Amino acid sequence: MTDSSFDATNPPSRELLNDCVHCGFCLPTCPTYQLWGEEMDSPRGRIYLMDLAERGEIELEGAFTEHIDACLGCMACVTSCPSGVQYDRLLEATRPQVERNVPRARSDRWFRNGIFALFPYRRRLRAAAIGGALYQKLRLPALAERVLPPRLRAAQALMPQVRLRSAFASLPRRVRAEGEPRRRVALLSGCVQDVFFHEVNTATQRVLAAEGCEVLTPRDQGCCGALGLHAGREPHARERAKQTIATFEKLPVDNIVVNVAGCGSSMKEYGHLLADDPEWTDRAEAFSAKVRDITELLAELEPRAERHRIDAKVAYHDACHLGHAQGIREQPRSVLRTVPGVDLVDLPDAEICCGSAGIYNMVNPEPAEELGERKARNVQAVSPDLLVTANPGCLLQLRRYLDNVPMLHPVQLLDASIQGRRPTEAPMTE
Amino acid sequence: MLDRAAHDALVAAVGSENVISDPVQLRSYECDGLTGFRQTPSLVVLPRSTEDVAQAVRACHRHWLPFVARGAGTGLSGGAMPVADGVVISLQRMREIVHIDPVDRRAVLQPGVTNLDITKAAAAHGLYYAPDPSSQQVCTIGGNVAENSGGAHCLKYGFTTNHVLSMTVVLPDGEVVTLGEDTDEQLGPDLRGVVIGSEGTLGIVCDITVRLLRVPETVRTLLAEFPSVTAAGDVVSDLVAAGIIPAAVEMMDNLAIQAAEKAVGAGYTLTTPAALVVELDGPASECEAQFDQVRTICERHGCTRLHIAETAAERAKIWKGRKAAFAAVGRISPDYIVQDGVVPRTRLAEVLSRIEDMGRDAGLRVANVFHAGDGNLHPLVLFDDDAGELERAEQLSTDIAELCVELGGSLSGEHGIGTDKACSMPRMFGEADLSTMDSVRAAFDLRRLCNPGKLLPTPRLCGEKPGRYRPHPLEEAGVIERL
Repeated sequence: MTDSSFDATNPPSRELLNDCVHCGFCLPTCPTYQLWGEEMDSPRGRIYLMDLAERGEIELEGAFTEHIDACLGCMACVTSCPSGVQYDRLLEATRPQVERNVPRARSDRWFRNGIFALFPYRRRLRAAAIGGALYQKLRLPALAERVLPPRLRAAQALMPQVRLRSAFASLPRRVRAEGEPRRRVALLSGCVQDVFFHEVNTATQRVLAAEGCEVLTPRDQGCCGALGLHAGREPHARERAKQTIATFEKLPVDNIVVNVAGCGSSMKEYGHLLADDPEWTDRAEAFSAKVRDITELLAELEPRAERHRIDAKVAYHDACHLGHAQGIREQPRSVLRTVPGVDLVDLPDAEICCGSAGIYNMVNPEPAEELGERKARNVQAVSPDLLVTANPGCLLQLRRYLDNVPMLHPVQLLDASIQGRRPTEAPMTE
Repeated sequence: MLDRAAHDALVAAVGSENVISDPVQLRSYECDGLTGFRQTPSLVVLPRSTEDVAQAVRACHRHWLPFVARGAGTGLSGGAMPVADGVVISLQRMREIVHIDPVDRRAVLQPGVTNLDITKAAAAHGLYYAPDPSSQQVCTIGGNVAENSGGAHCLKYGFTTNHVLSMTVVLPDGEVVTLGEDTDEQLGPDLRGVVIGSEGTLGIVCDITVRLLRVPETVRTLLAEFPSVTAAGDVVSDLVAAGIIPAAVEMMDNLAIQAAEKAVGAGYTLTTPAALVVELDGPASECEAQFDQVRTICERHGCTRLHIAETAAERAKIWKGRKAAFAAVGRISPDYIVQDGVVPRTRLAEVLSRIEDMGRDAGLRVANVFHAGDGNLHPLVLFDDDAGELERAEQLSTDIAELCVELGGSLSGEHGIGTDKACSMPRMFGEADLSTMDSVRAAFDLRRLCNPGKLLPTPRLCGEKPGRYRPHPLEEAGVIERL
C-alpha cells in the first residue's frame, strides 16, 4: 500500500469515500456528465478518482486536478444520492488539496488571483463598477466579444448593467420593525450583492420590517468567504469566516439573515470549516445556528403585511446552493404563494445547474455557456412573465441568455406585492 | 497497452475528441455497479452515431481487440466490466430521443437514453414506457436491452423483450443489421429475441424502437405492513390465487425498510418485520373492486398497518423508498452485495427462512428486497470489507443464488449473469445446454471479441478473479503458471 497522494491537512476521509457504492444514481443530475457523458466527469467518477488518490494510486497533478476543477460544485449529486454520500464534504476537502499541491499554469494562476483580488472587496468592486459603467457607455462589449480570449470575454459578458447610484448607495444600519416587533435580525449585505444588486438588499430590509423584524445591517462587514470556500481557497475562507463571525456575534439578534444562496450555504458551514480551531469552533457553531436564508425566515413567520395582487406567471429557479446545498426548496415557493395572483411554475430539469456556480462561469466559460443556454431554453419552455431566483450569480449568468424575461430575487417580488406596485417598477423608497 | 496501429484505427473510427486514453481517466471505467470486479481498459471510445459504433467495432475486429459496450454502468452483475487489454465502447454520447410517434405509440431511441427519459418524453402524449427497473432514472435503454431488464411492474407488463419492436444492431464484425419489425407480429426466427438479454455478447444495440403504452386510467397504491415475512408471502400467494394481477407487488424485510426509510423517509414503520407495496392499475371500476379484495386479503393475514397513497406525490414517495432501497443499504452497512435470483412464488417463505439460516451461519446480515409477485428475490448481503468479510460475503451471495436454482428457480431474475455468475451457470444448465448457447454465440461472434468472459462460463477463467491480481487456485497448487 502506497501513501496517500493527499497531504495530511484534512484530506477526504476514507469513511466518506467508502460511502459511495458506485450505483450511478448521481449521473443524470450532474451538469458535466450531462454535457460530456464521461465517467470521470461525473460525481461517481470523481469520487472514484479521489479514492484512487487517497490510496496513492494516482497523482493529484494532471487528469485528477482537471476533473476536480471541472466540477461546478452544484451538489445536485448530494440530492440524488440514495446512499447519503457527502460529496459536498469530499469536494470541500479535495479542492484545498489541489490549491496547495498542484502548481497552476501562470495565466490560470493570474486569472484566479485576479478574481479573488476583486470580488470579495466592496470598494474594489465599486471602483470596477465605474470602469464597467464607462465601458458599457462606450459600447465596448460588442468589440470585446470579437477580440478577447474566452475567459475574459465571459467575465465581461457577465457584468451586469451598472447603475452607479445604487452601486455606491449604502444601507441604513438599523431599520425598525413595523408594528409589534417579532424578531431582531442582522443582515449580511454581501459583496457582489451590495454593489450590483443593492435593490435586493433594500427590498430585504423593507420586507423584513413589514413582517415585524428589526433589521441591523452592520457597516463593518465584509465578504463571508463563500467564493473562496467553494474554490478551495481555504485560508482565505477561514479568515473571512472569522471576521464575519466577529462582526455579527456582537449583535444581540435572533437570526442572521442572508439573501444570497451561496453565502448562506457557506455561513451554515462555518462550524465545520473552523472545527479544528478551538478558539473558534464554538463561536462558529453558534453563528451558523442563527443563519437563515431570507425565504427560510419568512416561511417561519406567519405573514402579517398585506399582499397586493400580482397577476403573473412566475418561474422559480432553484439556486443550487439553496436547493441542493441547504435543502431549501419549499420555503421560497410557499413565500411566493402568499402573493395573490402569482401562478408559480417549476422549470424542466430544475435540478441541473445554470452554469454560474461561483467563479465557475469565469474560469470554465465554455461548459458554463452551454449550461446557461440549456437553462435559458428550459425557462423559455414555460414562457413565464417573470423569473425568480435567490442568487445573484444565477441572475448574472441567466441575464446573458435571457434578455426578454425580467428577473428578480423572490424578496423583490414580495416587496412589490407588499408595496402594491408592479414588480418591474422601481420601488417607492429607494 | 494497445499497439499503435490499433490505437490509430480506433481514433480514426470515432475522432480523437471521442477517445479516452489517459491512464488516470481510464481507471474511472474499471467497473460498473458491481465494484468487486475491476479491470482497467486500454481505451474508451465514445461514438456519436451508429456509424461511429460500426467503425469502432470494425477496427476492433480487424485488430483482434476484445470490446465491451457500456451504458450508464449501473449493472449489478459486472456485465460492463472491461476486459484486459480491451476497449470500452461507451454509448453515453448517443442520448437522443430520435422520434416519438404518439399515433402508433412507438418511440425510436438512441441506446444512451435513460429509461425514465422515455417516459418523460412520452408523458406529453398520455403515454409511457412500461419496464421500470429501480435504477430507471439512470440506466439506459441500450443496457436494458442487453440485460432484458424488468422492474417492479414486469409482473403485469413483462420484460424489455415484450416492449422492443425492432433495433439496429452492430454485429461483432461491424456489420449493421436491423432485427425485428415495427409491428407486434415478428416474422421468421426471432433474432431480436436472441439478442435481447444476451448481455452484450452478440453485438451492440444502437437505434431501438420501443412500444409505448397508454397511461392507465387509475393507479392505486397501498403500503401494508405485516408481523412476519411469511404472512406477507402468503398475501402474495392469495392475491394470485384470487385471480388478481397487480401491476406490482413488492416486499421488503425489516433491514431493507430501515435503510429505505433512512434514505427517503417514505413513512414505513421502522420496526415492522415486513412490508408489501401493492399497486393496481387499469380502468377505475376494475381497479376499485380489486383494491377492496386486496385489502381484505391483507387484513386476513394480520396486516398491522395499511396505508393507502392518497395523492400522486404520496405514491411517488412510497415508490421512491422502494426504488432507492438497494443504494440506501449503504446507510446501514459499509459494503454489500446485491444478489438476484428467482424462486417459484410458492417457495418464497421457505427460501427466506433458509437465507436467514445461511446468513446466521456465515455471521452476516442479509436484507431482502424483492419483486414478490414473480418470485424475484434481491437479497443484499451486508459486510465490512475492512473487517475482511468480503470473501465470506461473496460465498454467501453465491450460495443464495445457487439455492434458488436448487428450489426450482433461476440464478438471475433481471440483473444478468455477467461476470458475477458465469461460474454458477453449470448449476443451472447441463453441458449440452451450455454448448448450444456457445454455438449461438459463435454464430454471431466467431472471434469471441464481443464482451468475452461474460454470461457463459469460460473454463479457463472460472474461479479466477478479475480485478486486483489474486493467484488462481491452480497456480497456487503449481499446476499452471502465468506467462
